[in-house]
Amino acid sequence: MATEILMPALSPTMEEGTLAKWLIKEGDTVSSGDIMAEIETDKATMEFEAVDEGIVGKILIGEGTEGVKVNTPIAILVEEGEDSSALPAAAPAAAAVSEAAPAAVEAPAPATAAPAAPVVDLSPDWPADAEMAQQTVREALRDAMAEEMRGDQDVYLMGEEVAEYQGAYKISQGLLDEFGAKRVIDTPITEHGFAGIAVGSAFGGLKPIVEFMTFNFAMQAIDQIINSAAKTLYMSGGQMGCPIVFRGPNGAAARVAAQHSQDYAAWYMQVPGLKVVMPYSAADAKGLLKSAIRDPNPVVFLENEILYGRSFDVPQVDDLTVPLGKARIWREGSDVTIVSFGIGMQFALEAADKLAEEGINAEVIDLRTIRPMDTGAIINSVMKTNRLVTVEEGWPQGSVGGYISSVVMQEAFDYLDAPVINCTGKDVPMPYAANLEKLALVTTDEVIAAVKQVTYR
Amino acid sequence: MAARKTTKKPNVSAEELTTYYREMLLIRRFEEKAGQLYGMGLIGGFCHLYIGQEAVVVGLEAAAEEGDKRITSYRDHGHMLACGMDPGGVMAELTGREGGLSKGKGGSMHMFSKEKHFYGGHGIVGAQVPLGAGLAFADKYKENGRVTFTYFGDGAANQGQVYETFNMAALWELPVIFVIENNQYAMGTAQARSTSTKDIYHRGEAFGIPGEIVNGMDVLAVKEASQKAVAHCRAGKGPYILEVKTYRYRGHSMSDPAKYRTREEVQKVREQSDPIEHVRELLLSGKHASEDDLKAIDKEIKEIVNQAAEFSKESPEPSVEELWTDIYA
Repeated sequence: MATEILMPALSPTMEEGTLAKWLIKEGDTVSSGDIMAEIETDKATMEFEAVDEGIVGKILIGEGTEGVKVNTPIAILVEEGEDSSALPAAAPAAAAVSEAAPAAVEAPAPATAAPAAPVVDLSPDWPADAEMAQQTVREALRDAMAEEMRGDQDVYLMGEEVAEYQGAYKISQGLLDEFGAKRVIDTPITEHGFAGIAVGSAFGGLKPIVEFMTFNFAMQAIDQIINSAAKTLYMSGGQMGCPIVFRGPNGAAARVAAQHSQDYAAWYMQVPGLKVVMPYSAADAKGLLKSAIRDPNPVVFLENEILYGRSFDVPQVDDLTVPLGKARIWREGSDVTIVSFGIGMQFALEAADKLAEEGINAEVIDLRTIRPMDTGAIINSVMKTNRLVTVEEGWPQGSVGGYISSVVMQEAFDYLDAPVINCTGKDVPMPYAANLEKLALVTTDEVIAAVKQVTYR
Repeated sequence: MAARKTTKKPNVSAEELTTYYREMLLIRRFEEKAGQLYGMGLIGGFCHLYIGQEAVVVGLEAAAEEGDKRITSYRDHGHMLACGMDPGGVMAELTGREGGLSKGKGGSMHMFSKEKHFYGGHGIVGAQVPLGAGLAFADKYKENGRVTFTYFGDGAANQGQVYETFNMAALWELPVIFVIENNQYAMGTAQARSTSTKDIYHRGEAFGIPGEIVNGMDVLAVKEASQKAVAHCRAGKGPYILEVKTYRYRGHSMSDPAKYRTREEVQKVREQSDPIEHVRELLLSGKHASEDDLKAIDKEIKEIVNQAAEFSKESPEPSVEELWTDIYA
């Protein structure tokens, strides 16, 4: 049976090429792996090997022919004893056009530009009459890990200084004593490596909590976080998920300068497959971390060193969880919506207090989860207040606030009575000098000024 | 390139040899077909063929038991076939179709099978090495006696994360076999131009990881080394390194003209050290099989590959809804 040899595509972008040289002639016997021809693509001259065995019955495209389209028959192989005289004569170069390409694609539905606004969930996270106790964010995070580790043997904690040192920031205080060295594991200073090992262990059925001493160091590991943890479920067609939490302090602390003072919320927010959490209060830190540990997806959990020692009311309920992707309205108001998260909430709430003294009632929303983002809660609020200010510590270009602005523009443009203002950190690496550092950070006064601008006061 | 030293008087059954012949031939024919489909425009993007390296994965797999895990780089088709994944599903993934093992969403470099304990298929050079140690970490944590085969190339062996992983794997005595598939070229850069040491496995000694060189063109030698490494890991002695010297006949990927080596160099390996010819000779000289027996196997393999190719062409493209699925569990 005669087999047509087709002009091959020899690069991801090749559509045609030059048949530079034949290394075989009619009547030759070829077997799999023999080099038959040299073909010039737009990038290089490639050797073209035989796949099938046979005798060259006919060469259809002469050497030196340019512009031979991919999938044009260039030669015919016959089996031993087969008559090649009946084969068609050489076709003119570049005559045939590919028919072997995949079936024509139906026009795909246009990608949705932005997610549809979810139904706003205004349900309380815990019973209104729950008994409260003051607890620091530090203690709340530790309790969250301890409770989840008690409940699930597959949960373990890994990171630098998490065990014997009791945590560089004392978040894991007491965990080694309770759970032992098998489940509370000190690592060498090797973020890329241990993040990869943790991700692999999640593929293997465990539920790791990876503590980065700070998220600045997680940049060493960002390939494993994004390429391995976030994308594998999709790349495996849903077979292999990665239940893992990457947590640690994020953003500026105090006087630690540029390499130790960066807010990564906007970086991780961009990645489909990741969930990104950035709590402000102790109750949310606890409830969200517990939910993050149980979540079957990779979660980036951004904490803040300055908030670690701050105390908040924490409801004394069994198994306090807060759902990921649900914003919290901290303060209701009618004149302007202020949206923030993490330590930005401190400035948002301070500003709201001061603005109230001047008769401006701000509604303050804590996103708590940056991805998936509860844009419904923001839009719902903007429809009431018609004005929006966002507050974050990160840089302005490609910020969380920038994304929120675009969503509100698309989904609630007609409700806006003023341009949205994004209060952010300044567009500079963090300086060391105390006065300059203060200037680089977002401030309560800036939030107040922004609110006055959008309310035309 | 270690010239093949035919294993002296191999103590191996006809059945075993036939199995290796069949498995290696399946990989070879599958890859040739993939190259052909690439040429026809049915496979897109990057496509890295395993032709020439077949004895490595077939020999390693010969020592694996049910539940053992494997993970590798983007040159992964051979590993998938060797651990029993369906050739049709693999080929349909290459053509980006619904019937592909990742529903067409992963492609040549990103395929997985929970059922066969195959953890990818990773496109970032070296990233699979800590991931493989992590799989071993999970097994040690669960105390289930499993081992993980973590494959990477001589190119990946220069990535920093490999040595971060060696350190932790040795420190924590993880049951992981690091298989360095040394095909002598990191894309177009010969090992001597990229790597300070001739034998890469020596680097494990700095971390206290034992290792050895294996002739990767001899499936029996690979199997023997694999058994030794597996026994070491299962005994709880920590990681083991096998540096398997092998050779890829084709370019780094389909679009590599391979001008960094001579045609004669490739031809010499093909003629003198081909791993499939080796087993073929053993089968014939040991009177384990006749030419006709082998022809029948060839025919059978060709049929499997043709069916896989047909399936990969007939399977429809994924539905447009698939764009939005499998992002979150």
